[in-house]
Amino acid sequence: MNHLLREHAPITDRGWAVIDEEARGRLTPALAARKLVDFAGPYGWEHSATNLGRARVLADAPAEGVTAEQRRVLALAELYVPFSLARSELRDVDRGAEDADLGALDEAARRIATAENRAVFHGWRDGGITGIAEASVHDAIPLGEDCERYPRHVARAVQALLSAGVGGPYGLALGPEVYTHVLETTEHGGYPLFDHLREIIGGPLVWAPGVQGAVVLSQRGGDFLLEVGEDLSVGYDRHDAGAVELYLLESFTFRVATNDAAVALT
Amino acid sequence: MRAARVTFSGVLCHDAGMGFDQYHEPPEELPDGTRTFARLCASLTEEAEAIGWYEQRLAVEPEREARAIMRDAQGEEFKHFSMNLEFLLRRTPLWREIAQGILFQEGDIVEHGEESEEEATEGAAERGSAVHGSTSLGIGSLRGAE
Repeated sequence: MNHLLREHAPITDRGWAVIDEEARGRLTPALAARKLVDFAGPYGWEHSATNLGRARVLADAPAEGVTAEQRRVLALAELYVPFSLARSELRDVDRGAEDADLGALDEAARRIATAENRAVFHGWRDGGITGIAEASVHDAIPLGEDCERYPRHVARAVQALLSAGVGGPYGLALGPEVYTHVLETTEHGGYPLFDHLREIIGGPLVWAPGVQGAVVLSQRGGDFLLEVGEDLSVGYDRHDAGAVELYLLESFTFRVATNDAAVALT
Repeated sequence: MRAARVTFSGVLCHDAGMGFDQYHEPPEELPDGTRTFARLCASLTEEAEAIGWYEQRLAVEPEREARAIMRDAQGEEFKHFSMNLEFLLRRTPLWREIAQGILFQEGDIVEHGEESEEEATEGAAERGSAVHGSTSLGIGSLRGAE
């Protein structure tokens, strides 16, 4: 048994299979960062920090005539989202029900995916993460209200990246509101805006809950690294006669290696 | 060369200076789940070897009482092997799924094996399989999944 304590839960193999499948199904569409940045891991629950290859000079050394430096590491942060499932629903799953109410799991999946995206794109100070948008040296480009001008703004972002010597293809993370505008819009002549934007960036265009506005970022690799210890997992906390308390968990960190390989659109 | 062998009493003996060779990667770099998985794989191999050894001894031993003891001991190894296998299958959904199409089935073993592997791996690829020895959801990188 590992730290997730799944074997202690009053959940059958079938129940766990349904829970895991539901979690995967809800998480995969929403995990935008994993579709756009490099991924390393999973290195397991015991993995605690990333080597940054840097050191800081310490003012005090243990003895006179000695200089001292301390290695810098990036500690992994943990995200934890509890949720509760009714045991009656899990019994129905065992009976073969295909419409069991797993709404709390769905909501937990949405929350943890949003949190991961937000940390990667906009940073998370307490988690020690600097986000892609805040690390960028490029000025943010205002998106404005007129959706038909989005191609012009995205093209400007691509131009800025090219001018900085950052080659394509590029990816585009769109916050939910912007994504909806893009899907709903056809330009003059009936050409879908979605397709036009994809032609400009040459790479994936991704729905990204947790992202404010949009971010254009290089897809050449090596610029952005998401490092995962424990990959997204469902664990067990406790139960009573009526409900099982579970949680979604992951440990990760993120760092920007190239601060001119992305442009924020706000 | 092997680091450990199972005696007929079931005791593990480590050859001097040759410990822990069930790992093919630096153990300190492996997650706990993978180390446990590797230990049980090694144990499974040892139990299978012991079953084979008893089978050979039984084939040549003429004394009835000695044969009865060895038969009893081999039964222990059958149990150990089966418990190891069940543990590994529980931790490895894809392995379990393939095994289900092969074990305890009548008919052509090779045919069952090919069919079971094809069905299981296609299904695993569609749903995204978990990392060996892990109970995570096995999502990992989603590069290429728009």
